[in-house]
Amino acid sequence: MATLAGAQTTGYAGVAAWRTILEWLTTVDHKKIGIMYLWAAGAFGLVGMAFSLVLRTELMETGTVISAEAYNSLFTMHGSVMIFLFLLPIGAAFMNYSMPLQIGALDMAFPRINALSFWIFLFGGVLLAMSFAVEGGTASAGWTAYPPITLDSGANAEKPGSGMDMWLIGVILLGQASIFGSVNFLVTIFKMRAPGMTMWRMPLFTWTTMVTGLLILLSTPVLAAALVMGFIDRNGAGGAFFEPSQGGQPLLWQNLFWFYSHPAVYIMILPAMGIVSDIFGVFTRRPIFGYRSMVLALIAIGLLGFIVWAHHMFTTGGVFLPFFMGATFLIAVPTGVKMFNWITTMWRGSNVFPTAMLFSVGFLMLFLIGGITGVFHAAVPVDFALHDTYFVVGHFHYTMSIAATFGFLAGCYYWFPKMFGKFMNEGLGKLHFWLLFVGVNLIFFTQLLLGLDGMPRRINDYVANPGWELMNTIATIGAFVSAAGMMVFFFNVFYSLKYGERASDDPWEGTTLEWATSSPPPPHNFDSLPEIRSERPLFDLRFGERLADDEHYHGHAPSNGGSSSKAGG
Amino acid sequence: MAAGTVSTKRVHPVRSFLVGDEPMPPALWGIIFFIFSEIMFFSGLIAAMLALHADTLHWEPTNGGHRVHGDELRPILFTVMLVSTSVPMQIAAFAIRKGNRRLMLWMMGIVLVIGTAFIINQGFEWGEAMFGISDGTYAASFYTLTGFHGAHVIGGLVFILAQFVRGLLGHFDAKRNTAVEAATLYWHFVGFVWLLVIFPLVFFLS
Repeated sequence: MATLAGAQTTGYAGVAAWRTILEWLTTVDHKKIGIMYLWAAGAFGLVGMAFSLVLRTELMETGTVISAEAYNSLFTMHGSVMIFLFLLPIGAAFMNYSMPLQIGALDMAFPRINALSFWIFLFGGVLLAMSFAVEGGTASAGWTAYPPITLDSGANAEKPGSGMDMWLIGVILLGQASIFGSVNFLVTIFKMRAPGMTMWRMPLFTWTTMVTGLLILLSTPVLAAALVMGFIDRNGAGGAFFEPSQGGQPLLWQNLFWFYSHPAVYIMILPAMGIVSDIFGVFTRRPIFGYRSMVLALIAIGLLGFIVWAHHMFTTGGVFLPFFMGATFLIAVPTGVKMFNWITTMWRGSNVFPTAMLFSVGFLMLFLIGGITGVFHAAVPVDFALHDTYFVVGHFHYTMSIAATFGFLAGCYYWFPKMFGKFMNEGLGKLHFWLLFVGVNLIFFTQLLLGLDGMPRRINDYVANPGWELMNTIATIGAFVSAAGMMVFFFNVFYSLKYGERASDDPWEGTTLEWATSSPPPPHNFDSLPEIRSERPLFDLRFGERLADDEHYHGHAPSNGGSSSKAGG
Repeated sequence: MAAGTVSTKRVHPVRSFLVGDEPMPPALWGIIFFIFSEIMFFSGLIAAMLALHADTLHWEPTNGGHRVHGDELRPILFTVMLVSTSVPMQIAAFAIRKGNRRLMLWMMGIVLVIGTAFIINQGFEWGEAMFGISDGTYAASFYTLTGFHGAHVIGGLVFILAQFVRGLLGHFDAKRNTAVEAATLYWHFVGFVWLLVIFPLVFFLS
């Protein structure tokens, strides 16, 4: 890394190390903050994965290995850590790192608030982790934290300890970090674009950042409202908000919670979709098919995401079923548009398959299964049958967890050369892909089948129904195969940081602006920018002169194609 | 654009009123987005209050204590006071757009005094209320909403105080006044939310 090298020239190694540490602790550079998000999310993801291995070990056979209380605590923290501390921040990592580069900005609109977001996020994460140390242990009511079991009033007196309070405060802090981050993303996109970078020329990842930012901005505060009411309920109001015997309404929590948490699944999957879209636009050697329809589909998903939250509550009897069923079905339409656009981009493309592209194709396959099972759930009668079974677990892991993770891993392989100036090892990358792809399908496809067979979720033991033990054993083996795959990945990261092949400024022949600067970019991002005349400025730069004579290209020929010099190199 | 020529770019009158005719700097965009998120936060709390009100059995304070203190004149008075401070605050913004720092400081001073009076009165109201936070759903909604609103008033006052001190130190002129505009927008939001919070709580739902 250039920064490390710069610091080491200043005398004693110890002083240099301190300077480097201080530099990272006080940085307001969006690239460094993005990389810190990446490391933090990776570390938390490792913790969440370790929890899942314990859970899968417990479920491998009938009978118990750990206590029911420990199981409750671990599946709660697995969900909370994976969602709030892995999937959301890793999206923020790429949005921080790549979005300003993609629009040719020097930094985020508010660099110091950006740093504040990161440190609030880290503090909230540490608070959640510390709840393992308090009396009564962590929150153990699931990541959805449905009252009244989260309350220590009424019939549940003295049940959950202060771990629940730490969970509530921790998630409020994480939400606050998200909100500050989203304000930053939105203003950066609206105000900091380089000359020529109109909205319709923004890369698709930048578009997803914008829509994700709007979703975070408008939904996270509603979760914060629910969380503070939960906290007040536990520490003073005595259940007036959510405890039925006190006049409170448990459904009120569910409504407010899902008003955030349904958009939140789009907050997790949309950045992954954006990464995959950009990768398809590079490794198929074609422009992404239907760029504008991709953007419109994205906006449609964002809008519809706000009116479908109650499909998580079909079986409560407290929601208007036809409306939420219809709205949920509607979401399949823009999602299908995106799906077909990705496939059509690959169709007759000159496809190459480095690891980043493999993960993108893997994303398509996993998201397809997740999406189709999602349509099953949207149908009220099916949902009544499958609610709270492993079918639900399989469905949401296929979509927002595994598909999103595949998108983000694709992003890791894709932007690693830009971040660190070195390639990730391709051989290890392919091993990682196949282990993970086989592993997750072993876990979650068996869970879909188990769910169809009626196995309930969130229970630490099960009866030895025919086939259940076999399927659970397969799922557990899949979990360990996936974990092995992730170990290969983490090894690959450290190996490639040290021994990786040196990458040029534009190693993939990219099309978007982040490849117009050096790898890694200088602190000010760009020494000079190419002219931006389409959504693929680097393609224009590379082939502009040849295309200047080609009247079929975008219907009009650029007047002085390729006159500007390539930046940074 | 040369002096004397008329700008051909039309600016929306509401936008012109709120933030002037200059292109909005990123900080103003930021505060506007942040205010949207704040509106969603209060929407969540207010939606909860309305939902809880549907259960009339548990709505009245369980210890029999009636509303804050029976007379409605005091909340009306302080509501009018708080909401009307939007006027001097906006005048402060208008003043600094013309470079009149002196008028801006006077107007900000008025806002700071009235806002502080509002918060002090709110403290008395809490002290005089005949119910605690655990006395039913009305009581819990009352303390939660007025508490969070009060916190936002204090936040807004600190925001304005910071600009007031900067003004005393000679900051701000006709060109550089983004922080004043931002504080003004935030203060409008604080007053507007109070209307949504206090009217249901004190006049319709109690």
